[in-house]
Amino acid sequence: MSIIRVENLVKKFGNITAVNDISFKVEEGTIFGFLGPNGAGKTTTINILCTLLSPTSGRALVAGYDCMKEPASVRKSIGIVFQDTTLDKDLTAYENLVFHAYLYDVPKIEMKDRVNDVLNFVDLYNRKDDTVKKFSGGMKRRLEVARGLIHRPRVLFLDEPTLGLDPQSRNNLWEFIAELPKKHAVTIFMTTHYLEEAEVCDRIAIIDNGKIIATGTPDELKKIVGGDVVYIRTSDNVNAKREIQRSFGFDVLEKEGELYMTCSMGDTCIPEMIRTIGEKVLTVRLQRPTLNDVFLKLTGKAIREEEVSGEGSILESIRAYRRRH
Amino acid sequence: MEFNAIYVIVARELKKFLREKSRLFSAIARPLLWLFIVGAGISRLVPRDTGMPYTQFIFPGIIGMTILFSSMFSSISIIWDKEFGFMKEILVAPVSRTSIVVGKALSGTIVSTIQASVILALFPFLGFQLSLIQIMLVLLICVSVSFCISSFGIVLATFYESYESFSVIMNFIIMPMFFLSGAMYPVKLLPDILKIVAQLNPLTYGIDALKHAIFPDGMGQMSPDFSLLSCASVIIGTSLVFVFVASRSFERKG
Ligand SMILES: Nc1ncnc2c1ncn2[C@@H]1O[C@H](COP(=O)(O)OP(=O)(O)OP(=O)(O)O)[C@@H](O)[C@H]1O
Ligand SMILES: [Mg+2]
Repeated sequence: MSIIRVENLVKKFGNITAVNDISFKVEEGTIFGFLGPNGAGKTTTINILCTLLSPTSGRALVAGYDCMKEPASVRKSIGIVFQDTTLDKDLTAYENLVFHAYLYDVPKIEMKDRVNDVLNFVDLYNRKDDTVKKFSGGMKRRLEVARGLIHRPRVLFLDEPTLGLDPQSRNNLWEFIAELPKKHAVTIFMTTHYLEEAEVCDRIAIIDNGKIIATGTPDELKKIVGGDVVYIRTSDNVNAKREIQRSFGFDVLEKEGELYMTCSMGDTCIPEMIRTIGEKVLTVRLQRPTLNDVFLKLTGKAIREEEVSGEGSILESIRAYRRRH
Repeated sequence: MEFNAIYVIVARELKKFLREKSRLFSAIARPLLWLFIVGAGISRLVPRDTGMPYTQFIFPGIIGMTILFSSMFSSISIIWDKEFGFMKEILVAPVSRTSIVVGKALSGTIVSTIQASVILALFPFLGFQLSLIQIMLVLLICVSVSFCISSFGIVLATFYESYESFSVIMNFIIMPMFFLSGAMYPVKLLPDILKIVAQLNPLTYGIDALKHAIFPDGMGQMSPDFSLLSCASVIIGTSLVFVFVASRSFERKG
């Protein structure tokens, strides 16, 4: 069963079309990723799905309820972690959670247990009596996820859950999010800027300028750019190139004395390649495709300038790829 | 209406109020200043034969002022909640918008009534002798007027997003509301145009009701301007309108 169904959704703010006729479905118990650059319309879509905004036209159903006609039922079925924190910083972690439990009419006898359970789940039990003011960004994020789970929602929305976190906390949070569907019987709808982060998703939709430009599993999307790019420096480029082309059938290109090729599974490809060309190998590096690459491929423009710089070689390979198709 | 939600909204607000002791102090300092300094000064200008000392006449008005400031400013919590995002947590919850407004209005009501009671407790120093029934009646009126003004503040707060713009409009509205409420001078003495404005001000009826309760046999110029029944109907009627309007404008935007 599709737990979220969006049909021809449009949202205009004056003459800005934030969401431009999008349709998609999310299956129950899966993690769905909404991927797009700043201003793509991700938050606007979430706000419509969680009944904070009304669409200009189109339809949205969450847990079988119409977001426009049955907002109360939708609200009961969802939990949400907004892009910007919505905790009361003057209250303690525990008080924030109890507030939420009352708002969602959690039965009083269960309240304490449920609050303590989620606090343990996000590893904040021993900080429960600290005011949220004293929490780090990552702790606040975890507390918000915990809060979103207290009332046992069927869908949990996460709007850029890793915003402002260091790489370590990002990874922890992703591991934690990946476990949610099984542990809490919940469907996850999340947004992010990074394809790497969308790795945990079962399905991804890429949105740009209010339009969905691609949907698929993370692997399917990476295949759009032809997968990973492997760079090899060898002592004998000419022969190495010939050997790789013969054994793997890759299109091997050369740039600044370095060979490079795109392959769908870089990690398994590298060992085989080294076995084939043996001693000639000097250095090997692997570049995973980013959202920016998929983006470039689909729209012909970069997402953000700073992400484009330093990726000259991969841009080259994509241009080469595009010329060939 | 969801009583659990109303309860927890009120509990949060009171918890924050109690953690912030300075608010109670400053809320009480203002009426004391008006009562004992401004009131005492003006009383020298007012002829003695008007029926009662001027400091007694303004007592209901000063209670009304306490309620006005404290109720209007309690709605600032909505602006803070919007600025810090907490409002979204409340708005996505399966709670009717009316419950949210009632919860916020009741928080304002409780805080204002506490402050008004502190001022009311000064009555022996002003030469009043109030019976227990009168005191109960005054408290009842304080509760209803506080609810009315708090929900008016909430109506305003639903239209503003930032603290700066909201405090500008607050200062612009509060002072005229106070001066055109019969607090400092009877409405019946005002020029016609101002009299009309005063009659559109819900606080006028609140203060008038307090006059009925505090000096039921006030006479001449100092007597109440309206009947107690009309005061009660205006206060209850406008409260309902304000709650309705605020709930409506809390509905999703756009
Ligand atoms: N309340 C609003 N009024 C006017 N325009 C808005 C409003 N909210 C969003 N927009 C516009 O709609 C577009 C989409 O915004 P949205 O917040 O949905 O983007 P996003 O994908 O969440 O971006 P980000 O990654 O930066 O969070 C933007 O152009 C934005 O300026
Ligand atoms: Mg966003």
